[in-house]
Amino acid sequence: MEQMAEPVLQATGVSKYFPGAIALDEVDLRLYPGEVHALLGENGAGKSTLIKCLTGAYARDGGAILLEGVEIDPRDPLDSQRLGIGTVYQEVNLLPNLTVAENLFLGRQPTRFGFVDHRRMKRDSARILAEYGLEIDPGRLLSSFSIAVQQIVAIARAVEMSGKVLILDEPTASLDREEVELMFSVVRRLTARGLAVVFITHFLDQVFALCDRATILRNGRVVGSRLLREAGQTEIVTLMLGRQLEAATRTPHEAEPGEVLLSFAGFGRRGAIEPFDMTIRSGEVVGLAGLLGSGRSETCAAIFGAAPADRGEARLRGLPVRLGDPREAVGHGLAFCPEDRKIDGIVGDLSVRENIVLALQARQGWAKPISRARAQEIAEGYVKALDIRLAHLDMPIRLLSGGNQQKALLARWLATEPALLILDEPTRGIDVGAHAEILNLIERLRARGMALLVASSEMEELVACAGRVIVLRDRRQVEELTGADISPDAIVRAIAGEEEAA
Amino acid sequence: MRHSPRLPLYVTLATFLLALIACVAQFPAMLSWRVAANLLTDNAFLGIVAVGMTFVILSGGIDLSVGSVIAFTSVFLAVLIRDAGIHPLAAFALALGVSTLFGAAMGAIIHHLEMPPFIVTLAGMFLMRGMAYVLSTDSVPVTHEFYGWLQSLYWRAPDGGRFRLIGFLMILTFLLAMLALHRTRFGQNVYALGGSAQTAQLMGVPLARTTIGIYAVSGGLAGFAGIVYSLYTSAGYSLATVGVELDAIAAVVIGGTLLSGGAGFVLGTFFGVLIMGLIQTYIVFDGQLSSWWTKIVIGGLLFAFILLQKVLGWATTARIRPATASAARS
Repeated sequence: MEQMAEPVLQATGVSKYFPGAIALDEVDLRLYPGEVHALLGENGAGKSTLIKCLTGAYARDGGAILLEGVEIDPRDPLDSQRLGIGTVYQEVNLLPNLTVAENLFLGRQPTRFGFVDHRRMKRDSARILAEYGLEIDPGRLLSSFSIAVQQIVAIARAVEMSGKVLILDEPTASLDREEVELMFSVVRRLTARGLAVVFITHFLDQVFALCDRATILRNGRVVGSRLLREAGQTEIVTLMLGRQLEAATRTPHEAEPGEVLLSFAGFGRRGAIEPFDMTIRSGEVVGLAGLLGSGRSETCAAIFGAAPADRGEARLRGLPVRLGDPREAVGHGLAFCPEDRKIDGIVGDLSVRENIVLALQARQGWAKPISRARAQEIAEGYVKALDIRLAHLDMPIRLLSGGNQQKALLARWLATEPALLILDEPTRGIDVGAHAEILNLIERLRARGMALLVASSEMEELVACAGRVIVLRDRRQVEELTGADISPDAIVRAIAGEEEAA
Repeated sequence: MRHSPRLPLYVTLATFLLALIACVAQFPAMLSWRVAANLLTDNAFLGIVAVGMTFVILSGGIDLSVGSVIAFTSVFLAVLIRDAGIHPLAAFALALGVSTLFGAAMGAIIHHLEMPPFIVTLAGMFLMRGMAYVLSTDSVPVTHEFYGWLQSLYWRAPDGGRFRLIGFLMILTFLLAMLALHRTRFGQNVYALGGSAQTAQLMGVPLARTTIGIYAVSGGLAGFAGIVYSLYTSAGYSLATVGVELDAIAAVVIGGTLLSGGAGFVLGTFFGVLIMGLIQTYIVFDGQLSSWWTKIVIGGLLFAFILLQKVLGWATTARIRPATASAARS
C-alpha cells in the first residue's frame, strides 16, 4: 500500500459559506482506491456539509473536485451517482413497500418487449446480493428484512449504480454489534475490489476496526489526516475535541454519599445502550462522559423511561421498580432536564409560572389543580432561589435568555422535589456566568442530599461537579473514575480506550 | 410467520367468495349468468373509474374530481352529438382528450405548486361539475344510430343474460391497467411514489412525469367511464354520478389497496367493485331492505379493511428481527 496510487477522488480547497458562518474552509480530501477513509469530527465540524458538497446536494462556494483526474461538478445527488459517487445514509433511503429486487433495479429495470422482466430482475438481484454475502429471497418486501440487510441492499444499489466511490454516512448508527460486523465484512469485500469508501461515524472503535486513514475536521477546517495504523486513539480524540487538556479546578466533595437510591443490573435498550450496571446514591453527583453518540443521552432517556429499557432491572431503595415511561419515573421521584430544551423541555408560549409548575401539576393529576396563589408562591420561591432574571412571572418563557430558560426548567423539576435529578448537557448554549451558577446549584442540591446524574460533553464541567464519572464508549460503559482520579486527561484516555488498545 | 404483500388481496377474494356464498345460500337464483352479466354492466363505469383511482391511491394521492368528470363527459358527449352533430366516435376522442388533459393539468399543479392532491382535485371536482351545468342543466338524451349499434352488441349467455359491450370494456381496462402497473417502469414508479416521494426522487424516479402521468391516467379513465356511462344511460345529465369518486375510493380500499399508498393490486379493485355490486344485487333480490343498507354495509367493510391494513402494518414492524439470523451469513 505504500506505493501511493493516484487518488480516485481528490477534493481541494472546498469551501462553503452559510449566512454568517463558514461551514467549510478550504477543505482537502484525498480518497485512494481500496481504502476506507474515516471522516471524523464532533457535531458541527462540517462532515455532513463536506459530503453534501461532494455529492452536489449543496453548491460549494469554492474548490475543485477531481474524480479519476477529471474535474466534476455534480448538480445533485443523482448526478453524482451517475458520475460514480454513491451515498448510503443512516436512514435507509430505499422503498420499504417494494421488493428487494425492485429496490435494486428501480429506474433501470431490465425489460423484455418493453415490459419489466421480473424474473431476470430477481435472478440478477440474487447474484448481486450473493457477492455481498446475502442469501435472501429478493422477491420479498424490503421491509421484511432487518435494518442491517436493508443497509447492505442500499450499499449494493449504490455500488451497482456508481462503482467508484462509496460514501457511508453513519450507516451503523442503528445497528447491533453482529450487524456491524456483517456491514464491515461487506465494506471489506468492496475495498478488495478497489472501491474507495468514505466512512462517517461517531464510534471510534469502529473507525479503528475498519478504516485505513482518517481525516479529522473541526469547525469547518481539516485539522489533521492520519494513517490510522500509525495514530493512537488519544491523538485522534485530542484532534477531534481540539482542546488543550488543562488541569481543571476540582472541588472535591467532603461529605460521604448516603444510601443507595437507585441501582441497575443489566439495564439497557436494544440499539440505544448496551446493558449496564450502575448505582446512584443520595447526595452524590454521578457524571456521564463520552463522545457524541456514545450513549450518554440514551442512558438518561432509558433511566427516565423516555426511551424505556427493554432488558435488565432497576431497584429503587432496594425494591424492584419499573421505569416504563416518564410518568412512572416522575411518580418515583425522578426528574429529567433534557438536552434540547427547545424541543423537549420548555413550552415556549406558556408563562414562566406555568412552565415551573407544569411537572408538579402533572404529578398531582389534572383533577387537582394547583391554585394560582400556590403556583405563584412556588414560582416566586424558585425564581428567587435560582436567581432567574425576568420581568414578571407572566411573561412567556421563550423570551428568557438561554441560561434563565435552563434554570426555569430546573425549577420545574425541583418543584417536584425529586430524589434523583437527571441533567443532560445542563450548560449547553448558555453563557459563562450562568454556567458557573448552574454548577454551584448542582453542588447545593447535592449537599441537600439529592442524587444527581449529569451527562455532559464538557469534561471540565464533570471534573468540577461529579464525585464519580462513568465513561461511555460505543454505547457501553467502559470505565468508572472516582474521586481524585477524575481529570480531563483521564477521561480522554478512557474515551480513547487507551488501556485496552495498549 | 411471513406475510406476503398479497395478503390483503386474498382477504378481498375471500370476502367476495363469502359474500357470494351467503347470497346464493339465501337466494339460489343469484348464481346465474343473468346476475353476473348485470353485475358487470351496471358497474362498468364504476369499475373503470376505480382503476384510475387505484393508480392515484397507490401513488399516495387522491382524486376527488372523477365523479364530476364522468358527469361532464356525459353532458359534453350529448351536447356534441345533439347540437353540434358530430359523429360519436369523434366526440369520444374529444372527450377523452379533454378529460386526460384536465387530469394532467391537476397533476402538474399538484407537483409544481406542491399542493395537496385533496385540495387540487376538490377544486377540479367543483370546476367540472360547474362546466357540466354550463353546457346544460337538463338531461340531454342521446339518439344516434351508432349509439344504438354499440348498445346492441352483447354476448348472450345460455340463460338469456346479456354480457354487454361496456362490461367487456371494463374488463379490458382492468387487464391493461394490470399490465401497466405491474409490468412497466411507469407502474413501478407509481408504487415508488406511494412508498416515499422523497426517497423515490433520490433513487432517480422522475417525479414530475410520474405525478402528471398518474393524474392524466385517472382523468382519462374518468372520461372513458363518462363515455361508458353515456352508453349505459343514453343521456347526459349534469346532476348524475354525484359521489361516485367516493364509491371508487371505497372500491379501491375494499380491494386491499393501502389508502396511504404504496401497496395494492388492480385485481383487488376489480373484486372491490364486484363486492359493492353484489351487496346492491342482494338488496334488490331481498326487495324489502332499503337501498341505504348498501351504504351501511360498505361503511362497515371499509372500516374492516382499514383496520386490517393497520394490523398488518403492526405485524410487519413487530416481526423485523434485529439479528440477521433469517438472512445472512457471509
